[in-house]
Amino acid sequence: MLLSAHDDSMFRPLIKERGLSLTIFIDGTATLARHGDTVAAAMLASGHVACRTTAVSGAPRGPYCLMGVCFDCLVTIDGSANRQGCMTSVRDGMRIETHRGKREYGT
Amino acid sequence: MAIASHTEFDFAVIGGGLVGAAIAWGLASRGRSVAMLDEGDIAFRASRGNFALIWVQSKGGGMSRYALWTRQSSDAWPQLAEALRIETGLDVCLHQPGGFHLLLSPEEVENRANALKRLHNQPGMVPFECHMLDHAQTEKMLPQIGPDVVGASFCPLDGHVNALRLLRALHVGFQRHGGRYFPDRAVERIEPRGGEFRLRGGNVEISAHKIVLAAGLGNARLAPMVGISAPVRPQRGQIIVTEKVAPFMHYVAHTIRQTDEGSVMIGDSVEEAGFDACVGSEVLAVMADRAVRMFPHLAKLNVVRCWAALRVMPQDGYPIYDQSKACPGAFIATCHSGVTLAAAHALLLSPCIDMGNLPNESLAAFSTRRFDVPTTH
Repeated sequence: MLLSAHDDSMFRPLIKERGLSLTIFIDGTATLARHGDTVAAAMLASGHVACRTTAVSGAPRGPYCLMGVCFDCLVTIDGSANRQGCMTSVRDGMRIETHRGKREYGT
Repeated sequence: MAIASHTEFDFAVIGGGLVGAAIAWGLASRGRSVAMLDEGDIAFRASRGNFALIWVQSKGGGMSRYALWTRQSSDAWPQLAEALRIETGLDVCLHQPGGFHLLLSPEEVENRANALKRLHNQPGMVPFECHMLDHAQTEKMLPQIGPDVVGASFCPLDGHVNALRLLRALHVGFQRHGGRYFPDRAVERIEPRGGEFRLRGGNVEISAHKIVLAAGLGNARLAPMVGISAPVRPQRGQIIVTEKVAPFMHYVAHTIRQTDEGSVMIGDSVEEAGFDACVGSEVLAVMADRAVRMFPHLAKLNVVRCWAALRVMPQDGYPIYDQSKACPGAFIATCHSGVTLAAAHALLLSPCIDMGNLPNESLAAFSTRRFDVPTTH
């Protein structure tokens, strides 16, 4: 089932006319996203406020600066770990995994 | 402009890096009143750019005293880490699991074996365990190595720490013992005067009965002011750091280590580049290529940072410890292994400086007298 994008989120898109035309998979769950959105924006809009837990203490973190500086929006994108969600545009069919602590060596 | 004057101290240590902070901590923990004068953010700060190994296996070729001193520091390290933990609550993440020097060709294996033989055959050498391993023996201990690793030398005494926490813990401990820290206090002039030393920099003057020059590369300029020659030069090293990964390396290697927080550091380049602390992609490419041949899965990791730092390299590579003949009470301590030797500086050298005497039997080899060779025949 496709989750409706922003029911659970405190974030609302300012531009309404662009529709939810793409499907991305967040931890395996199909989620609608807008063409032109970044991964971080799509996650915030769909209620995924915490995109990872930190590599050292395990504390939850979510996208913060949204401009490539804070590195708090790290996720695995199509199998590549520790990518900056705010610097990557969504693509139809993209697979995004939230991070749980450190990535594994050799994956 | 008026010069502000500070009360006399028993000791003033010039330099707030790992060498200065270890000695200042040692003196303050013995109840002395100590001022530590730090240059500030313009300093080159090898203490913040280093590779953080506690490395024993290859130190001391050409000077067996240096091998022994390194060994003594490695043995004293647990005591230092524990003292800092109790005093400051800071864990410097000391691990001494043993270290590998990984070798990528039969020539490298042969050169390494010969170098270790020469080291251990020196007169006065106190033997320690260090042996050559072939690929299979290395792979048993480091299962992630690639097929290009022909062999390795392994020494169970090698280890590493979190060097940034070490610097912080020494500073915190120093101040807990009543030490006074003066940041942004580059010393411009040292004036020996009537049994004390006046240190001038900016608009401030500090006086102390005894001083310790631990200013790293700055010692070359400062030492002549108290009649010592300290031939040290910058030697550039570059470092690559990856994203954090789950622990996979349970030993250290001399060019690759995994930090307590999971980052992989790749280092140990050596360049003569003067005071230029910039990174260069040619050297970084060679470092990365060798690292990936040693641990192929490193190729998949994101690099998050690179930097260069300047080693404080004495002319002959060995540490310099001495007391000025012309100005007794002025000591110098300079070396490029501020992490490895931190325990020796904090626990073994600082008591000697406190007593006003560097004992001949253990420390004479490090005297600046070795640089006083006649220039004419």
